[in-house]
Amino acid sequence: MSAIRLRGVTVELGGRPVVDRVDADVADGEWVALIGPNGAGKTTLLRALARLVPFAGEIELDGTPLADLGRGQLARLVAVVPQEPSTPPWMTVAEYVLLGRTPHLGPLAKEGARDREATARALARLDLLGFVERRLGTLSGGEKQRVVVARALAQEAAIVLLDEPTAALDIGHQQQALDLLDGLRAESGLTLVAAMHDLTLAAQYADRMILLDGGRVVADGAPTEVLTAPVIARHYGAAIDVVPVGDRIAIVPRRSG
Amino acid sequence: MASIAEHAATDVRARGLSPVWACSAVAFLVVSLVIGVLAGPIHLGVGEVLESAGARLHIPGFSTPLSPTDEAILWQIRVPRVVLAALVGAMLAVAGATYQGVFRNPLADPYLLGVAAGAGLGATIAIAYLPQGLRGQRMLPVAAFVGGSVAVMLTYAVGRSARRERDAATFILAGVTVTAFFTAWQTFVQQQNSETLQEVYSWILGNIPSTGWPDVILVLPYIAVAVVVILALRRVVDVLTLGDDEAASLGVDVRRVRLALVVAATLGTAAAVAVTGLIGFVGIIVPHTIRLLTGVGYRALLPLSVIVGAGFLVLADVVARTALSPAEIPLGVVTAFFGAPFFALVLRTTRGGSR
Repeated sequence: MSAIRLRGVTVELGGRPVVDRVDADVADGEWVALIGPNGAGKTTLLRALARLVPFAGEIELDGTPLADLGRGQLARLVAVVPQEPSTPPWMTVAEYVLLGRTPHLGPLAKEGARDREATARALARLDLLGFVERRLGTLSGGEKQRVVVARALAQEAAIVLLDEPTAALDIGHQQQALDLLDGLRAESGLTLVAAMHDLTLAAQYADRMILLDGGRVVADGAPTEVLTAPVIARHYGAAIDVVPVGDRIAIVPRRSG
Repeated sequence: MASIAEHAATDVRARGLSPVWACSAVAFLVVSLVIGVLAGPIHLGVGEVLESAGARLHIPGFSTPLSPTDEAILWQIRVPRVVLAALVGAMLAVAGATYQGVFRNPLADPYLLGVAAGAGLGATIAIAYLPQGLRGQRMLPVAAFVGGSVAVMLTYAVGRSARRERDAATFILAGVTVTAFFTAWQTFVQQQNSETLQEVYSWILGNIPSTGWPDVILVLPYIAVAVVVILALRRVVDVLTLGDDEAASLGVDVRRVRLALVVAATLGTAAAVAVTGLIGFVGIIVPHTIRLLTGVGYRALLPLSVIVGAGFLVLADVVARTALSPAEIPLGVVTAFFGAPFFALVLRTTRGGSR
């Protein structure tokens, strides 16, 4: 059974289809990169998966239609790492990551020992145990990103949706963040769907790529199948060379003139 | 790894009410209450008050040393006034803190959604059009409460009708709109009935009335329910500070929780305003002072605001009724006149990282 199943998913914003009749399947434990030019509908598709925006068509998570899942159920199944997460500067790392336990608590309940353990496990995984008392306002960009991922882990959801998880990071921290997600996937069988702009970076990690353009799926397959010079030229309007690197590939822009 | 995590779990906790801050806040409230009961033109000693309280509670061996007049001053005027000030101060402070969290706006105050302008209009209409006998003690609070509630319902309706994506900022804009409309209406009524200017004006500036227990009983249910609802949801307010989308993706029913918090804060504020008029600054200064001093999140800020807000308004009321005794200074003037410099001092002396 696939972790995520999309059939004819359409999202209209302001009367215009931003996501247009998308069919896709994501297997359990798969890492899928959602790629496409600006405005292709990547973020909107992720928002539809998290039920943050109304959609037409069918979305099933672990075989259950999205509409049949309660709010808490959905949040125990899907964690979201937004592109620009809000990180209130006065909150401590512990407080922030503990908020990931919200779907496991009643609206009036306090966190118990189980919640603190799950949070401590997430913090340990991301090497943040020394940061527990630090305030978010005192962290660097890379540390903040780790804290946000820790919150998603503390949620203990099997599916993690990430919107441009590396956009704000330098190359070292990009690598660190993606290695980390890769490791988490291997350890806990997470299913990862990440919208990504950096194609070379995405090609190093993703099992599969789904290329969106104008809200439609225009290519879906292994990075080597999707990332070809003609495809990139057609959908990004970019002239590039595809360079093999080991068993993966890199994308190099070709200077015009 | 698991054992490290289990070991570490004891360190992983949200800063709740730390014993130090909780005790400090309660001590501040107790001292305020004592000063509030003892201060006044008629001198009452601590011992006398305690003995009188003992007698009231039927503790064997206690009999009141006070004359019947002093007894009446203590139990029918001073104590209810102090209790009323504490209730209203607690309500305004916790409502301000709640709005700041729910609307993610540090400048949000309890009057944000138009409750003040609506209550002002209700009170002005009551003062201007109701016959002298009716208006008195009973109708004015009712008119103010109805005006305040209608204004907030209107704000909510305007906010909900917005065709753009509805977020917290939409409701703030709706509140500004409704406030402007009701203020204009209130000014018009006031100008048309200029003989009532003085009375309207003194109501608007706010004061704690010395009318005894009936006013306490009038506001108590609203404030009690509002405070219980807000404190029960205090953890969720921390989640709401992440914004609507992130709170929703954590499984929170954002609209319903926000509605519950706003209704609680607003009804409580409307009840308070109805009895005391407009007392500004409490809902801003109390939560922000606590924040600057302790740096805590909403789960601790909200209960601390209840306690400190109560003590703060009791002290402000002591100043209002004793500084120029026998005349009274409007309470809203006192809260701003002493509150603003104090707040400036807090801003100056705390910096970096605590917010």
